Amino acid sequence: MSSEAPVPGGWQPSRRWSLGAAVVVALLVLPFVPLLITSLGHAYFFPQLLPETWSARAWSRVLAADAATWPALRMSVAVALAVTAVSMAVAVPAGRVLATRRFPGRAGVELLLFAPTLVPAVAIGIGLHAVFVRLGLDGGVSGVVLAQLVPAAPYVILLVASVFANADLELEQQARSLGASWWRVQWHVTLPLVAPGLTVAALFGFLVSWGQYTLTLVIGGGRVVTLPILLFSVASGGDSSVTAATALFHATPAALALLLSAVVLGGRHAELGGAR
Amino acid sequence: MIDVQLDGVTHRFGDVVALDRLTLDIAGGTTTAILGPSGCGKTTALKLVAGLLTPTSGRVRFGGRDVTGVAAERRRAVMMFQDHRLFPFLTAGENVAFGLRMRRVDRSRRERTAVAALDRVGLSGLASRRPSELSGGQRQRVALARALVLDPDVLLLDEPLSSLDAHLRDDLRALLHSVQEERGITMVVVTHDQEDAVVLADEVALLIDGRLHQHGAPRTFFERPMTEQVARFFGRTNLLPGRRTPAGVQTPVGTLQVADGAPGGDDVWVAIRPEHVAVPAPQAGRQTVEGRVVSSAFLGTRTRASVDVNGWTLHVDVSGDGLADAGPGQRLTLELAPAALWTLPREPGRCGIEFADEGGMRPLSGPVSSVDAPPTSRWPSR
Repeated sequence: MSSEAPVPGGWQPSRRWSLGAAVVVALLVLPFVPLLITSLGHAYFFPQLLPETWSARAWSRVLAADAATWPALRMSVAVALAVTAVSMAVAVPAGRVLATRRFPGRAGVELLLFAPTLVPAVAIGIGLHAVFVRLGLDGGVSGVVLAQLVPAAPYVILLVASVFANADLELEQQARSLGASWWRVQWHVTLPLVAPGLTVAALFGFLVSWGQYTLTLVIGGGRVVTLPILLFSVASGGDSSVTAATALFHATPAALALLLSAVVLGGRHAELGGAR
Repeated sequence: MIDVQLDGVTHRFGDVVALDRLTLDIAGGTTTAILGPSGCGKTTALKLVAGLLTPTSGRVRFGGRDVTGVAAERRRAVMMFQDHRLFPFLTAGENVAFGLRMRRVDRSRRERTAVAALDRVGLSGLASRRPSELSGGQRQRVALARALVLDPDVLLLDEPLSSLDAHLRDDLRALLHSVQEERGITMVVVTHDQEDAVVLADEVALLIDGRLHQHGAPRTFFERPMTEQVARFFGRTNLLPGRRTPAGVQTPVGTLQVADGAPGGDDVWVAIRPEHVAVPAPQAGRQTVEGRVVSSAFLGTRTRASVDVNGWTLHVDVSGDGLADAGPGQRLTLELAPAALWTLPREPGRCGIEFADEGGMRPLSGPVSSVDAPPTSRWPSR
C-alpha cells in the first residue's frame, strides 16, 4: 500500500492552499460588494438589506465627460508615476548597496528607512509643510511628490534590497569573464535577473502613492486634487451613492494592477531576483 | 600556448590578507591545480588571473605580457564559476552564445557556433532547454561549452567537479583532458579535493591561509611534502619532532640518520610515509626501532598497523600480509631507512614535546606524534 495514499477526509496540500487563497480573495473582494450595491442603489435606507430601486445615476455622474473624476485620475496617475520613478531611481542603487555591502552604520540606515512608517503621516505632513512653505513647494504637484516619497521610498528601497539580496550576483562576474563590459553586464544580466522583483517594488511604490491622502492634503493644500482628495470631498457632500461610485473608481485600477501582477508573477515568485 | 605568471601577488580585503605574495609560474598548455582548504585564497587567486580582482600588489603576466591592469573582458582568460553559474533567463544555447553576443558576433553565426559547441560537450539537441530543465552534469557541460566558444588562451575553473556524482566527475575530467589536448589551453583548476587535483593537474600548488606551501608534480606532495601543513594536509604521514645534532636527528624514538635534510634550523620534523616503514628480517647495519603493535587491520592488498614506539605511535603500511599475524601487544622491529626519511622545518616548542637542556626529551601529552586525522583539513576521506 502506498504511503502516499490520501487519508479519507484528510486535507490535501493543494486543497488547503486553495482554501487559504479563497479566504484571502474573500477578504479583499467582499468589502467591495456593499460599495457596489450602494453605488447602484436609489433610496437605500437602513435597515434595508438591498435598495428598493436601482439606478445608474451615481455612475453617470462619476463617469460624465466633465466630471471631476477625470482630472483627479490624471493627477493621481501623474503623481504616482513620478513618486514611483523617483523612488526607483533612489532604490535601485541604495537597495543594491544595502543588500550587498557591509559598511559602518548599515543597521542605522535600515532603521532610519523604517522611521517614516512609524511616524504618523499627519506629523510628517505638518513638519514638511513648514519647510515647504519656506521653500515655496507647498500647494504644488512637485511638493506633493516630494512629500509622498517619505512613505513610498522606504518600502521600495527595502523591497529592492531584498530583490538584490536574493539575486545571484556572481552571475555578473561570470558575465564579465565571458567578455561583457560593465554596462553590458547591467543590461544583459543584472536587469533580466532582477526585473520581476523590481516590477513588484515599483508597483508597491505606485500603490503607496495611489492611496495617499493625508500628505497630499496637507502639502497640496487642496489645490492638488488626486482621487483620494476628491473622494473625501465627495464623501463630505453626503451623497452615499456617488461616494461609493467614486470610491470604486479609485480602488479599481489599483486592485486590477495588484491582481495582474499576482497573475503574471505568481507562478514565478521563486524566480524573483533569479533562482539559483 | 600562453604561460601564466603570478609574481608576488598579494590581495587584501580590508585588513584580511586573502593572498600573501603568491608567486606561481604556470607553463602554457598545462593544467595547474590550486589546492587548499576553503577560505585559503584559492578563488581569490583565480579571480586575480581572470581579472575580476585587481591585486593589492604584485603583477599578473600572460605569455610575458603584464595584464595586471587589463579588464576581465579583454584578457582572453575565461573563468568558470563554481556551480556552473548559467544565466537562468537564457536557454542553454543562448548561454553558450553569450560571450559571442558580447563580441557582437551576428546571430546566425553565434547560433551555429553554440550548437557545435554543445555537440562537442555531448549535449546535442539541448540548445533550447532552460538551465532549470538540465541535470547538474549537463549544466556543467553547458558552462564548459560557454567558455570554450570564446577560444580562450587561459581557462580558469573553480571547483568544476565538486557538485557532480562520481561517474559524472570521471566524464567531465576526461572531457577537460581531451579539450586541453585539442586546443592547448592553459588551465588553472581550483579545488579542495586532493584526488581531483592529482588526477586533473600536471602540477599542484598548495595554498594554506593565503600562502603557497608547495608547488610541483602531484606525487611530490605525497612523497616529499615540504612543510608540516602540507604533510598534514595529505594525511597519514608519520611526523616525529626532532632536533638536529652532530650524531643525527634526535627524536622520541631514538637518534636517526636522515638522508634528505631540509635547510633551516635545528628544530625539525622527521617524516616517513607509512608504506616506507619496513618490517625487515633481523640484519645488522639497518636503522631500526623497537615497538609494540597497538592495532592492525588487513586491507586485502596490504596491512595497516599502528605501532607504539617509546610512547609515540607510528603508522605502518606493509604490502601483502606481512603483518597478518601481528596482533595487539606483539613486539615488532621497524626499519626507518635513512633514504625513506626526510626532515621538515619545525617551529621550536610545537607539538607536544619539550627538549630538556641536556638533550633528553619527553612527550608532554602522550602518544600523539603522527597524523591520523589532520587537524587543518576538512576533506572527506575518499
